[in-house]
Amino acid sequence: MKVVFVTADGDRKEVQARAGTNLLALGQASGMPLEGTCEGQMACSTCHVVIGKDWFSKLEAASEEEEDMLDLAAGVTAHSRLSCQIDLSDNLDGIEVHMPGLWHDMQIG
Amino acid sequence: MEKADVVIVGAGHGGAQCAIALRQSGFEGTIAVIGREPEYPYERPPLSKEYFAREKTFDRLYIRPPTFWAEKDVEFLLDTEVTAVDPAAHQVTLRDGSTVGYSKLVWATGGDPRRLSCPGSDLAGVYAVRTRQDCDLLMAEVDAGTRDIVVIGGGYIGLEAAAVLTKLGCNVTLLEALPRVLARVAGEELAEFYQKEHRDHGVDLRTDVGVEAFEGDGHKVTGVKLSDGEVIPAQAVIVGIGIVPAVGALILAGAAGANGVDVDEYCRTSLDDVYAIGDCAAFACDFAGGQVMRVESVQNANDMATCVAKHICGDSKPYHAFPWFWSNQFDLRLQTAGINAGFDSTVVRGDPEARSFSVVYLKEGKVLALDCVNATKDYVQGRKLVEAGAHPDLSELADAEKPLKELL
Ligand SMILES: Cc1cc2nc3c(=O)[nH]c(=O)nc-3n(C[C@H](O)[C@H](O)[C@H](O)COP(=O)(O)OP(=O)(O)OC[C@H]3O[C@@H](n4cnc5c(N)ncnc54)[C@H](O)[C@@H]3O)c2cc1C
Ligand code: FES
Repeated sequence: MKVVFVTADGDRKEVQARAGTNLLALGQASGMPLEGTCEGQMACSTCHVVIGKDWFSKLEAASEEEEDMLDLAAGVTAHSRLSCQIDLSDNLDGIEVHMPGLWHDMQIG
Repeated sequence: MEKADVVIVGAGHGGAQCAIALRQSGFEGTIAVIGREPEYPYERPPLSKEYFAREKTFDRLYIRPPTFWAEKDVEFLLDTEVTAVDPAAHQVTLRDGSTVGYSKLVWATGGDPRRLSCPGSDLAGVYAVRTRQDCDLLMAEVDAGTRDIVVIGGGYIGLEAAAVLTKLGCNVTLLEALPRVLARVAGEELAEFYQKEHRDHGVDLRTDVGVEAFEGDGHKVTGVKLSDGEVIPAQAVIVGIGIVPAVGALILAGAAGANGVDVDEYCRTSLDDVYAIGDCAAFACDFAGGQVMRVESVQNANDMATCVAKHICGDSKPYHAFPWFWSNQFDLRLQTAGINAGFDSTVVRGDPEARSFSVVYLKEGKVLALDCVNATKDYVQGRKLVEAGAHPDLSELADAEKPLKELL
């Protein structure tokens, strides 16, 4: 399957991935600026991403804890998620994953 | 290799993040990372959690896939170590006598496990938990049938290890020299809660006990002798009594430091062009009233690393990152925000019996820190109270029904 990362500057990077891959690990391996300090323990929210609108609803809903943690992230939008909590599945083929930043500016600007 | 623009010593959390942040900041010079362990940088926290419990394989511990580093043009010299630093010549010496020159040096060596000096401490079967190798040896012990294990030290690492071993079916005795566990990092409420949890899960947890000696059969440990003469049988012992910062070569080179190496607000040591980050760096911590301290956490190692990378790239901002930490034991997720050093009172929100509660640490009415057990909302909202230096009403603070964000 394919994942499209979009940097804060708007550059698109397509990468191939296998179902089951963790989105944070994939983003990091692809050179995206996702720190993921707590390795998915939901203590940091430095793995925050904004999911493309068409894909957001295809994800399994965030847990209450994840929703709480998103409060700590900068540039949160209605389509924000913690990438460490997302394991890719086949129905997400082509998913667009934006790095927060400019994306956020676009939302409010 | 003869020289690199940035030489990073230590391929752990801080070292890895420093290289990543340098490239992310657009740094185009050469970067060399020198590491004592044979592995590319991996996450240490799972060594007493998911990796130890065999819920995660080692390849999932890499901070980045090993191929990432070549893509980012970061060179690694692994399985060697820096034995000397020559600050005047701007070069380091490796174990084999070769030298590597630097324009900037980043010291990110963490620490080595503190050892007990009592008789028998060099017997086989006495372990620390700091590296993958430590953890693998210990896991091999368990696989070979070892069941009676004594854990010495009731800090987070010892408690986590005890929790995993209990789950794996071992008979675990945990010995703490002080009157309670977590004495260096948490208040009484949290310590008592964890003591009870461990005992309820079958850990023989004893406080206020001194270790006299390790007994052995001439080769391997067979038991731990306490100061009162009792011998606790053990085929393996884990010593988790803290670390000694690995700064010997740097101090010999003239860097200032008593407990680790001293750094200023940009993580610079007293030596020109030499930075230090992570577990080994002592700094005046804004979140502890300016007290000079070392902070042993992934957060601190990563954020200091980023601070240094930016400083090297000309974007200088003093280190002022919010401190946080986590620990997993049994099904309990602890998240801590802030540093409680110097607290004079505590408020408990929620009911520890319900296994979801928070301890708020205050000094003169100001919120310093929180320990949140299975209470992510409090962690998130409490963090904002710490950042704001809030002085909330204490009865409202104690009301678990009242969201902390309303107390800002
Ligand atoms: C079992 C365990 C569980 C933990 N759990 C948590 C947790 O849940 N949450 C949390 O926030 N923190 C946790 N920590 C702490 C966290 O791992 C450390 O704070 C963090 O690793 C510090 O990063 P560092 O870069 O300073 O040091 P390290 O990650 O220790 O890296 C230092 C590296 O430098 C190497 N080195 C030392 N001397 C030399 C030399 N002279 N030359 C070359 N290389 C050298 C060392 O071998 C090591 O590989 C845990 C630590 C352990 C051991
Ligand atoms: S990596 Fe820390 S919350 Fe996702």
